[in-house]
Amino acid sequence: MKPTNFEFARATSLAEAATILRQAAGTARVVAGGQSLGPMLNLRLVQPSILVDITAIPELTHIEEDADGVVVGACVTISDIEDGRVRVEELPILASVAGGIAYRAVRNRGTIGGSICHADPAGDWLPTLCVLAAECIVTDGRRARRVSIDQFVTGAFEVMLEPGELLQAIHIPRPSRAARCGYYKVCRKAGEFALASGAVLLDCERDRFRAAIGATQGRPVVIADARVILGGVPRPGAAVGLDERAANELLGRAGLTTPARLHITALTRAAASAMAK
Amino acid sequence: MRAVGLTVNGIPVIETVEPRMHLADLLRERLALTGTHLRCEQGACGACTLLIDGEPARSCITYAVLCEGAQITTIEGLEDDPVMAALRQAFTAEHGLQCGFCTPGMLITARDIVSRLPAADERRIRLELSGNLCRCTGYVGIVRAIRRVLEERRAGALAASAAEPRRLGPVGSRHGGPSGGEVSVSTAAPTPAGPLLRAVMVARVKKAFARLLGKFRR
Repeated sequence: MKPTNFEFARATSLAEAATILRQAAGTARVVAGGQSLGPMLNLRLVQPSILVDITAIPELTHIEEDADGVVVGACVTISDIEDGRVRVEELPILASVAGGIAYRAVRNRGTIGGSICHADPAGDWLPTLCVLAAECIVTDGRRARRVSIDQFVTGAFEVMLEPGELLQAIHIPRPSRAARCGYYKVCRKAGEFALASGAVLLDCERDRFRAAIGATQGRPVVIADARVILGGVPRPGAAVGLDERAANELLGRAGLTTPARLHITALTRAAASAMAK
Repeated sequence: MRAVGLTVNGIPVIETVEPRMHLADLLRERLALTGTHLRCEQGACGACTLLIDGEPARSCITYAVLCEGAQITTIEGLEDDPVMAALRQAFTAEHGLQCGFCTPGMLITARDIVSRLPAADERRIRLELSGNLCRCTGYVGIVRAIRRVLEERRAGALAASAAEPRRLGPVGSRHGGPSGGEVSVSTAAPTPAGPLLRAVMVARVKKAFARLLGKFRR
């Protein structure tokens, strides 16, 4: 199918993009790589009045590493990350997650910012970035503010951006050198969206033991202290035991009504993959 | 309507399009470059895969207006490419196609595998091919064909084209292009590049027809 017609504008600055978005009062859609938006437009699931192309805004393709971590511009692509162009020694997880997203032809255009703002619960970045405690840098064209990723996503396909705001970049804090991070998604075909996904970060030095479950009916379920369900900190090489009852209870409290077996499997395998390295 | 300037198979083109026109429709309907196939139009099947700024991308979910200033290479533009020549031979030898619908997309992805991943084994080839669907179940032949060309490359028989490091961000978003922009009316003056590409295509079709006729007469 073909999309309904829309206007088109290419913004060359954050301020310009914000102005167009504010004027459109919620009927505009931001486009970067368009790899999720394109199918939705073609299927007429979305019918915006105007598309605002943000790829010509220089700030959005910046990558900046500092002592705290790394700031990744919203228009950095999945293949940029897959190819190791976000080079942070403590975050090999980024490239490995990127390599499992869709297909190379999609990764060459799809962006990390677009994926986050699309907020598909079955996407790979949300659970990963939740365990890494990433922050979204949101701008209205004048001022920028930081919002934690689990606050940024408000539900399935919903984020907290107001008309006139856009995601500028993602700040990913640097874990310690000894930190272990794993991600696993259950899907039936390579590159697909997840049927269930899990992510785990075990960082003894920073005293951070986070887990997240993705592909739920809403935002990722974040477990602030993964030791509760893992029965402490797993030993490297040892089999990962997961307290299914505790995990089910957490998932139930988060509103997951379908049987959570796949999600628990994903989480167990994510923990196992973190400990295997 | 909006004028979009881009380079298609080395020829600069300026076309006036609705923002909703995707790249594959521009190529097929305006420029008669029908080698790029369309099936699912939602980025799932891979039939429309072509090169944007030298890298594979889906032309059915990439709107033409997003490609201002981009270098587009379709299957037609890779006639003289050494890797593609080797792949064409290998696809023939290994029975890498049946109905041929998925073939242009398969070849583009195959070329990416050979150029980007010279060490790829069968498992990796299959993983990289997972975004291209073949409904004649021809994967065995396709994978064998790609393996054959990879072996040629590893044996040094094939010149490897090392990709240049590209700008960060989506391929096609350089926006450098040959002067596009807002157009107030839908009846923009015809541009010279479109007719040129069309003429090239018509000449090719005529030649193919003549060849076919010759065969019948004999």
